[in-house]
Amino acid sequence: MIEKQSKSSIIRMFHVHKNYGAVKALIDITLDVPKNELLFISGPSGAGKTSLLKLLYFGEAASEGQVLIDGMNLSRISHNRIPILRRKFGVIFQDYKLIRTKTVFDNIAIVLEAMGKKRRFVEKKVRSVLRTVGMENSIHSLPPTLSGGEQQRIAVARAIVGDPKIILADEPTGNLDEDSADIILNLLKRFHIRGATVIIATHDKELIRKTGGRVIHLKQGRIQTISNN
Amino acid sequence: MIIYFKRAIKDILDHRFLNAVTIATISIAILIASAFALFFVNANAIVNSWKQGIRIMVYLKPNSSELKVADIKRKIEGMKGVNNVRFISNIEALERLKNQMKRQSSLLDDLQENPLPDAFEVRLTDDFQNQDKVETLAARLESLSQVDEVEYGQVWLGRFTNILNLFRLTGYAMGALFFAATVLIVANTIRLVLYSRREEVEIMRLVGATDGFIRAPFYIEGLIQGALGGIIGLAALFVLFVFISSNVDKSLTSSLFAIRFLSWGAFLGILICSMFVGWMGCFLSLKQFLKQ
Ligand SMILES: Nc1ncnc2c1ncn2[C@@H]1O[C@H](COP(=O)(O)OP(=O)(O)O)[C@@H](O)[C@H]1O
Ligand SMILES: [Mg+2]
Repeated sequence: MIEKQSKSSIIRMFHVHKNYGAVKALIDITLDVPKNELLFISGPSGAGKTSLLKLLYFGEAASEGQVLIDGMNLSRISHNRIPILRRKFGVIFQDYKLIRTKTVFDNIAIVLEAMGKKRRFVEKKVRSVLRTVGMENSIHSLPPTLSGGEQQRIAVARAIVGDPKIILADEPTGNLDEDSADIILNLLKRFHIRGATVIIATHDKELIRKTGGRVIHLKQGRIQTISNN
Repeated sequence: MIIYFKRAIKDILDHRFLNAVTIATISIAILIASAFALFFVNANAIVNSWKQGIRIMVYLKPNSSELKVADIKRKIEGMKGVNNVRFISNIEALERLKNQMKRQSSLLDDLQENPLPDAFEVRLTDDFQNQDKVETLAARLESLSQVDEVEYGQVWLGRFTNILNLFRLTGYAMGALFFAATVLIVANTIRLVLYSRREEVEIMRLVGATDGFIRAPFYIEGLIQGALGGIIGLAALFVLFVFISSNVDKSLTSSLFAIRFLSWGAFLGILICSMFVGWMGCFLSLKQFLKQ
């Protein structure tokens, strides 16, 4: 039974701890995420949601325990394999992390360029994802000239452009009005239906209620409950 | 490759001021270092042309027979430090004298008989071109029978060569110093560029860019900076050279020797050096930056 589950798991965390100096951000996290799940990480601000996502794409290393992503053991990952790991993910960062001095096109294209894709393919693909998120008219804009919701959509476009196996979304509807939030959520759902594993970290109970799926509830760095919604 | 180039060009334009400072620094270093090289090349050429004149004249007693002349020639050729020996008969010597006197040569036409002796012109090997060795050799030549007189001069050139060698060493040391200083300055400006873009670099890494992908445009940037700096430095040197040589030539040097500019080979060498400086500067700062 456990064997079977681990075979189809794309993410496994086993007794993982994360400390920032004296701050214990995550305590003894054990978690299995099957392929193609839509999973919520919930909990109040400061509970450790962002920290948990960071451990997955190796934005931070675990202080203790094992993290396995799609067959890669992160406690033994070598420096030059980190980019390979990160290409499995499309991350929508809480603060978007768009390059302010580059156009929307360049911001998204860089993912494909880093993969060594051909120019013509990059051009086509970037335009296509911008259409998907409804931002094709802003292709030459600089991120600071866009509204929060628009930047969020660019961040989504960048996260999905490389067709990653896993999408991580950190407070994807954080500071958006309801309409913008719905657009983002529908995009994530659509990507889930197409076969990606989607993990959404949020403190927004309404969002979880609207969507449905497994919910991991964090409190002060520990998993408090796992429930199905 | 093209995309790296595009990114590099865009980077340079985005950081115009920093890049201009770097390129100016490289230009100045290249200007000074290659001015040194240029001076050395010319000084060397001048000394070499003078060195052609280091020789010992061996004047024979009058009425030496042909047989004896051949015998002495063989003896001189056998001596250490002798490069080649040429016999100058008194007839040839008189012709030379007439040539040199040109207008006054008619004076010589009235001579009843040739007053000049037969002579050997002895040229020395490179390692014999200093005071002590020339004197010893001259003494040995003088002791030969049939030799009337030995004459030599311009031995001071040997000492000059030593000074020039010292100069060359200083040049190398200065070149190395300039190289190191310029590399550090380039490394520092690239570090500033990197620092101003640490957020962007961090984002690129987060979306799966390899170190190589992040580095490549910086290396191209360094090479372009080096190339531009080298070209500007050498162009400045050329302008300076044209200015100086057009003033010096008329008054001083004229027919003796012509001041030359650097050869194409040296030009290319300096340019490659300068590009290497740019590359090296990048290498140092990137190594430090991406290790973090
Ligand atoms: N880089 C950091 N250095 C020190 N403490 C941190 C760092 N990042 C997060 N923390 C701390 O870890 C805890 C969990 O933070 P975080 O994962 O951001 O929570 P959440 O995303 O649920 O709001 C908080 O107490 C926070 O202050
Ligand atoms: Mg957070």
